[in-house]
Amino acid sequence: MADTRQRAGGATSAARPAGPEVEVEDRRPRRTWSRERLLQLGFLVPAVVYMLLFFGYPVVQNALMGFQEYTTRTFVTGEAPWVGLENYREVIGSSVFSKAALNTVLFTVGSIAGQFVLGLAIALFFRKRFPLGGLLRSLLLLPWLIPLIAASAVWRWILDKDTGVLNQVLGGLGITDSNPGWLTSTSLALVTVIAINIWIGIPFNTTILYGGLQDIPEDLYEAAALDGATRWRAFRYVTWPLLRPVVTVVLVLGVVYTLKALDIILGLTEGGPANSTQTIATQSYNLSFQQFDFGQGAAAGNILIVVSLVFAVLYLRANRRALDE
Amino acid sequence: MSLSATLPLPDTAPARKKRRRTAGTRGPWTYTVAGIAILAVLLFPLYWMLNVSLQPAGSAASTSWFPFALSFDGYSTAIADQGGNLMTSLLVSLGSVVLSLLIAAPAAYALAHFKVRGAGIVLFGILISQMIPGIVVANALYSAYNDLGLLNSIPGLILADSSAGIPFGILIMRSFMGSIPPSLTEAARMDGAGPIRAFFFIILPISRNALITAGMFTFLFTWGDFLFALTLTTNAEVRPITLGLYQYIGTYVSDWSTVMATAVLSSLPAVVLLVLAQRYIAAGVTGGAVK
Repeated sequence: MADTRQRAGGATSAARPAGPEVEVEDRRPRRTWSRERLLQLGFLVPAVVYMLLFFGYPVVQNALMGFQEYTTRTFVTGEAPWVGLENYREVIGSSVFSKAALNTVLFTVGSIAGQFVLGLAIALFFRKRFPLGGLLRSLLLLPWLIPLIAASAVWRWILDKDTGVLNQVLGGLGITDSNPGWLTSTSLALVTVIAINIWIGIPFNTTILYGGLQDIPEDLYEAAALDGATRWRAFRYVTWPLLRPVVTVVLVLGVVYTLKALDIILGLTEGGPANSTQTIATQSYNLSFQQFDFGQGAAAGNILIVVSLVFAVLYLRANRRALDE
Repeated sequence: MSLSATLPLPDTAPARKKRRRTAGTRGPWTYTVAGIAILAVLLFPLYWMLNVSLQPAGSAASTSWFPFALSFDGYSTAIADQGGNLMTSLLVSLGSVVLSLLIAAPAAYALAHFKVRGAGIVLFGILISQMIPGIVVANALYSAYNDLGLLNSIPGLILADSSAGIPFGILIMRSFMGSIPPSLTEAARMDGAGPIRAFFFIILPISRNALITAGMFTFLFTWGDFLFALTLTTNAEVRPITLGLYQYIGTYVSDWSTVMATAVLSSLPAVVLLVLAQRYIAAGVTGGAVK
């Protein structure tokens, strides 16, 4: 109670510079109606302020920085001269960008396809009820819960060219005679990074798709079985259509998360060797925090935002549909 | 206590009993064996992490499949080197959980129950915020933090790391609180309780599970944060464990047992949470993404 009075009082005292008595008299009849409203707004205000400071401000600031020569000198002099589209010309014109753009597409499409197919297969498998099923399904979440940087550390060790366990096993089985540099060869690194990112994404895909499968009524399968439907036909005509809203959400979310993925690539290869795993996200990081050209880093980041926004629209449409159903 | 029993279970509630298909003609244990095989493949890297961490440092030729030559040297080095960083991560993560819940819980309630003008815009903003790459946020925050003196500070990291927990928390708690019937608070309001009292004494106790889920995920997000640690800290004074591990990978690669011991230590919170709160996790994954 004391708290509410203080807040209401604070709000009026800030609004009146002079003649407090008259002002308060004037407001009294309306205040009883709006006090409730003010309190309700108070629930939302901290979140709105936070979101504006930590999402709104960065987006606006990056849009501006994209047109500025914003370097370490700016931190000293405070000057960031306007350069028009120069940053975009530099970023897009650089030899890294076309490589990074292609890698972003390959990384995203490859990761999503792998995560989804394997995630769905495992979700369908766990739909069967069997002893320890629930326990195994929850253990499956572990790779998703550990810090990405811990995952990249262990993968670096497993895939180490000369001493990693994978090459030792492959060599021992006689599958490869030379030790492939999974993360150090320009032809293999991107495929390896995609494979590891698939590994990371499987638990998330499995969990959501499993949830979607649980919502499909069992009667439909019994009816399909009575009609003599094969397992494939049951999947094609019952499971898939009913799972589709969940599938859309999983795919769009996956794309959005993968587009901005940074930790795993920095942890595994830092974009190398020879930019073979560079994506737009890692390029943006390199420009800003390795070369300290924040203007160009912002330009690369803005390109990424535009791509994400396309998927954001898709996501919102999918989300609305999922909410409606 | 009795209140929650009368509530319809919201979608995020984990216990949804439905008839599931039972294993077909093959015996059910066949599926268990297959399931264990799938898990063994997927969890092999985690096993390897643990295995290497428990072996003496040295060349990989001496890495055996099982830690027969048990050694805790990796752990003692890791704790000596990274103990402070672990504490930093713990402080930042707990701080972020508190801040995120303080900001997200009232907002979630407002979005679920008040007909506040602009609520739709706020929700839209939250959904859109999920698409903004972290590097964009870091890029802008770096210069702002530089001006405000927030670089290399625990409050600075708490604030930045909450950018994962707050939107997620709002989405999760909103979908839960939306399923609480308004009649519950209306009764209290009739007795003269304001919205604040109703929130603290009715809504929050009922929403305990949603609060746990949101808090737990905020902890995991913050604990695993690498990007803000990498960009917003520049010296060794305030250094989360993820960054400590990253620097190990860059410099220390000859001593893998220490690196792996650090990786194990950095993964412990996830394992502990999975054991303690397994049912909230699946609810959180689905609730945050689909609802």
